[in-house]
Amino acid sequence: MSSDHDHHHNAPPNPYLEKRRNGPETAELDKRVKAIEDLLVSKGVITTEALDRLVDIYENDLGPMNGAQVVAKAWTDADYKKRLLANGTDAIAELGFSGLQGEHMVVVENTPERHNVVVCTLCSCYPWPVLGLPPMWFKEAPYRSRVAIEPRTVLAEFGTEVNEETEVRVWDSSAEMRYFVLPERPAGTEGMSEEELANLVTRDSMIGVTKLSAN
Amino acid sequence: MNNVHDLGGMMGFGPVLPEENEPSFHDDWERRVFAMTMGGIGPFGTIDTFRHAVERMGAVNYLKTTYYEHWLAALEILSEEHNLAGAKKGDEPLTPEIIDAVVKSGMPYHRTEENEPKYSVGDKVRAKNMHPSGHTRLPRYARGRVGEIEMLHGNFVFPDTVAHHKGEAPQHLYAVRFSATELWGEGAPGKDCMCVDLFESYLEDV
Repeated sequence: MSSDHDHHHNAPPNPYLEKRRNGPETAELDKRVKAIEDLLVSKGVITTEALDRLVDIYENDLGPMNGAQVVAKAWTDADYKKRLLANGTDAIAELGFSGLQGEHMVVVENTPERHNVVVCTLCSCYPWPVLGLPPMWFKEAPYRSRVAIEPRTVLAEFGTEVNEETEVRVWDSSAEMRYFVLPERPAGTEGMSEEELANLVTRDSMIGVTKLSAN
Repeated sequence: MNNVHDLGGMMGFGPVLPEENEPSFHDDWERRVFAMTMGGIGPFGTIDTFRHAVERMGAVNYLKTTYYEHWLAALEILSEEHNLAGAKKGDEPLTPEIIDAVVKSGMPYHRTEENEPKYSVGDKVRAKNMHPSGHTRLPRYARGRVGEIEMLHGNFVFPDTVAHHKGEAPQHLYAVRFSATELWGEGAPGKDCMCVDLFESYLEDV
């Protein structure tokens, strides 16, 4: 048995999964959801096909692979990086990523002097065009409450150690600006192509809860 | 409103536990709720109207239910308040073509600047000690605290009015940087800080 396996068995239950519904509760939810859908469609607010399209876009077309392209380009093109940090929205749009929940983008760079991490303490704001929909932990109470007051402890739980000399800066997306972290380029990636670099970049590193390594 | 959605700095919710290989949605009803919210925000108001509906779903219920149940509750509240059941059928429903265009172009909240921003980068400001009963985007942990203007974002639609159908009333928005010790006391790491996006009317001179 691997140590990973042990860890999962000993870990407390995931609060989101604990609250999830099953059986009769799901049937009840299905009923409530159908009632609203019937109303919105029958009153001419939206078509069923438009609802299907929305699900398809956010389930299949958008995700952290978009943000990874932005990061890899910034690591390999100094001019692009300058534009990205000066005007995130425009520089991200150069790669074709724009739209809902990414109308106003700010890119913050992680360096040896400063580690940035993003949260939305009031709801669940997240840069959809570059990262897709947020994971449940980002939207649930433990992360939203704790990363504000004890960011270093939360980062450590993600396996991220930030030394005392480095500033930890938490960005609370409390308005319509969406924050996106440009992670540090890991050592040992000097010879890599932009595509190889993009494959190293993870969602969590662009939220700021992890750092990247070359392997 | 002072309610449980304003979570920053609270304790007692347990560890952050990521789910491995998490799917975008855990059930089909979540897919439908997500899509209906995206499609329904326009007819019901703006994103802040929707956020404020979540804020009014009831504190105990908010904590007991899953994420997309919050959205479902908001859809039910707004359908009821807008009397959707009694409304006349509209003849211009959102179609897949409109969806594609809106997803791509987004719904920008920036507005043309009419007034000069009151503050500049580096200015010290205090977040007001205010407790509006309606929608606000001033988190409780920042109220009464002194910070420094970090960025000027420009003129933005004001959530506190637009959520209540009282107009966009755009005003300047700033990233305000608070030291961790200012927010959380002397025990906090001296170098750490938190940046919060705050509207001009949330701020006062120090």
